[in-house]
Formats: sequence, C-alpha cells, structure tokens
Amino acid sequence: MGSIFNAQQIVNGLQVGSIYALIALGYTMVYGIVRLINFAHGDFFMIGAYAAYGSFFIFNSMLAGKHGSIAFLVLIVSMLAGGLIAMLANQLAYKPLRYKPKLSSLITAIGVSMFLEYFFSALPMIGPSYRSFPDIIPKVQISLGSATISNYVVIDIVVAAVLMIGLTFLVRKTALGKAMRAVSQDKDAARLMGIDIEKVIGFTFLIGGSFAGAAGLLAGMTYPRIFPYMGIQPGLKAFIAAVLGGIGNIPGAVLGAYIMGLAETFASAYNSLLGEGIAFAILIIVLLVRPRGLLGEKVADKI
Amino acid sequence: MMLVVKNLKVSYGKIEAIKDVSFEVPDGKIVTLIGANGAGKTTTLRAISGLEKCAAGSIEFDGKNITNMEAHKLVPLGISHVPEGRKIFPTLTVRENLELAGWTLKDKKLIKERMEDVFEVFPRIKERANQLGGTLSGGEQQMLAVGRALVTGGKILLLDEPSMGLAPVLVDEIFHQIVEINKRGMTVLLVEQNAAEALDIADFAYVLEVGYTTISGTAKEIAEDPRVREAYLGV
Repeated sequence: MGSIFNAQQIVNGLQVGSIYALIALGYTMVYGIVRLINFAHGDFFMIGAYAAYGSFFIFNSMLAGKHGSIAFLVLIVSMLAGGLIAMLANQLAYKPLRYKPKLSSLITAIGVSMFLEYFFSALPMIGPSYRSFPDIIPKVQISLGSATISNYVVIDIVVAAVLMIGLTFLVRKTALGKAMRAVSQDKDAARLMGIDIEKVIGFTFLIGGSFAGAAGLLAGMTYPRIFPYMGIQPGLKAFIAAVLGGIGNIPGAVLGAYIMGLAETFASAYNSLLGEGIAFAILIIVLLVRPRGLLGEKVADKI
Repeated sequence: MMLVVKNLKVSYGKIEAIKDVSFEVPDGKIVTLIGANGAGKTTTLRAISGLEKCAAGSIEFDGKNITNMEAHKLVPLGISHVPEGRKIFPTLTVRENLELAGWTLKDKKLIKERMEDVFEVFPRIKERANQLGGTLSGGEQQMLAVGRALVTGGKILLLDEPSMGLAPVLVDEIFHQIVEINKRGMTVLLVEQNAAEALDIADFAYVLEVGYTTISGTAKEIAEDPRVREAYLGV
C-alpha cells in the first residue's frame, strides 16, 4: 500500500490537480460573483481543447517548427475561445435571469451545457467522434531520481501556476479585482460606487472561461483524445474540488483541486475504478462533515 | 433646484412601497425626510439613486430627467448615496473601500487628495486604514460610508439613517460632520427616524406616511407642527 505514495504519483497528482484547478477557479469565481453553479463550465474546457486543436494546424502551417511560438499562440486562442463562449453564455442565457429565482438559472446552465455538447457534436467539422490531439510540442521524457516525467507534466504545472499567480495579482492588486470582490460582496453597494456590475460579471465569466479553455489545451496535450463530451467528467470533478475548497473562495478552489488530483492519482494507482469514484466519495464526505468546504465561509444556502 | 421628485411610485411586486411622493431639494440646502418605519423613506432614496425602478412619476436632478437611469450612471452625474446599513465591503480594507469610491474618477491624484481629506475629517478612519471593513465598529463604518461619498464627491449626498444603532455621542459627531459637508457645498438629502436631530440641522423637511408625502415646510415649521410633535418628536 505504501508503494503508491511515491514521487512519481505525487508529480502525476499535481499534474491532474493543475488541470482541475484551472477549471475549478472558473466555477468558484462565477459562484462568488453571481451565486450560480455554472454547469456549462466543463464545456468551456471542451471548447478550449477544440480551439487549440484547430488553431494548432493553422499556426503549424504558418510557423512550422517554431514550437514555442506555436504553443503560446495556441494557448491564447484556447483561452480566448473558452472565455468568449463563457461571456456569450452569460450574456444570452444567465443575464436575463439574474434577478429571477436561482433555480431558473441553474436549470438554464444545464441547458447551456447540453446545448454546447450536442451543438458541437452536430457541427460537421467537429462531429461526435474522438479525435486524436496532436503533439503541440515534441514530447521529451525527463528522469528525476526515482520518477520519470514528461515535459508535458512540467508544462501543465507551470502554465497553471503562472495563470494562477496572474489571477491572484489581478484580484488582489488591480482596480478591476477590487471591483470584482466588491460586486461579489454587495451588488447594491458596488452600484453606488459607480461600478457597472454587469461589466464586472461579464469580465469574471471571461476570466473563468479562459482558464477552462487553457485547461482544455493542457488536457488535450496530456490525454491526447478529444470529443464533445470530454468536459463532463473533469467539469464535475473540478466542481467537486471547488466545493471541497469552499465554493466562492479562490485559494480554496486551488487547494481543493490539488487534493482531488492527488487523491485520484493515489486511488487509481491502487485500483483504477477506485480512482474514478473517489471524487464522489470526497463530495459526500465534504457535504456531510463540512458543507462550507475547507476554506469557505458559513453560508446558509449554496445553490 | 438640485432635485425634484414628482408623484413618485415604486412597487415591489404587487406591494406599493411608495404611492405618491413629491418633494424638492434646493441647491446647497439640507432637506430631511422623516417618518416611521415602513413609511417609504429608504425606497425613496433607492429610487433616486437608481437601485429601484419607478412605476410612475419622475425624478429630475440638476435639470436633467434621471427617472429609471441605472445606478452606476448616476454616480458620475453627482449622486452619492450612503445606504441604509452603511454597506461597507467587509473583506476589503478601509483604504480599498475608499479607493473603490473613486471608481468613476479618472484622475488618480484627485482620489488621493480626497482620501487625505476624509482622513482629516475622520481621523479614526485613518488609524484603521489597513483594517478590513468588516472589523470596524458601527460608528466607524458610518464614518467610512460617509467618507466613501466624499471620495466620490457628488453634488448631492443621500444619507439613509446615519444615526441608526449609534451611541448618542457618535450621533452628534456624525450630524456635526453632515453640517460641515453641507457647508463645503454639498447638498444633503437626509432620511431619519431620529426626527429631532434631523430637524435640528435641516433647512426643509417633509413627512412621509405610508407611501405619501403628507406635511412639508421649513424644518422650523415642521418641528413646531403639533401633528409632527405628537407623532415623531414624542412631545
């Protein structure tokens, strides 16, 4: 049993956790600002993966061989795609229901999710079947003591870390970040400061969606098989990670995601079916023992 | 006239919170709306600053019809609303609360100057500048709420129950500062349950009763009106 807790597994767990963290942040930010569990969030991840897939072939034909530049441009495109679709979903589907009962927007979110999945399956250039994701950067194996890791692991962890540091700076230090925090705390008071809260909410969707888009690229590279329903499982697990950390709490989402990534990797090493199920076991335990999550504040009703 | 409210009506669903409210606020004066709990005082202020939609009637501010304009667009026109319960952002620091109040100002130096101004008016706020808003006492929160309005720097200050929950000595200080702010050129519309204190500093007063403006006059006249004395001043 002890053998599953080795360096290799820890690195793998951090890699999975990094991808979950990028998705979980969007869940938690959107929840924090509009108290909506955006069930379509996992689909922004899928859109990011497809945007990366498509844009890779374009950039690769233009800049053949310049792997670094191609990868960077693909990252930007996947983030833009995830972010813009998230903003559009907010504008068209969630904004009209903002001051209606919360159940309406929750059901709408499920509708948006199914729409995106079926719509992308129906698009002729995407289709319902699996596609194999290209190697955006040549894969290299690096051995570190007892563990062998690919450069993709490093890329996943580093890209996620850089984006999360950027987000922390944005939220903590910039005027826009202050406005985001103000809107999440008290919408009326924010409006009285002259803040256009709909703009701030739209921007939050943009950031959240772009992080999911980036995660889509990283997941595509790491598990090189993409399909229109690929967002469902990671989306659900990232949502559980956000609940584990305390939904609405940004550091909580990151913490929850890494715990989930590690737990899942260790459990899979023991038994692959256990790995699939452990996320849900965690969800049940959190809801029973500490419904507000590890870092969350006490709130009467979450949904 | 700085503010003219005519036949204003606001409903929450089927409930009419205010039915027919009319009053005027002249430039540079302090006007107070007094009335019992539920008379519609808070709703009136919320309608003026754009937080509630008006079902009927009109609001004119500084010669411009602002009926049903969005709240965030009214701030740069010069409406500063210190809401009921202060609405300090609890997990932002005092300084961040003040900085946000300058959201609509392009000139960063002006925001800094006005913040220094606030620190001068309320030294207690300066001492607490790096604390979280939620850790302030009720009196300090009220000072910060007024301070935010000073940073925004509108033409009119809408104040909703600034004395609520404060010790008498703090009430005196807040009212003293309201008079000072008014002397510096800001018109004030003050909503209060504490009618005696409000009438003491106001130039004009209106009485609000179950959604209607019923009695109006100079603050002195209202303070001497037997109906007001009986119902609101406990004499």
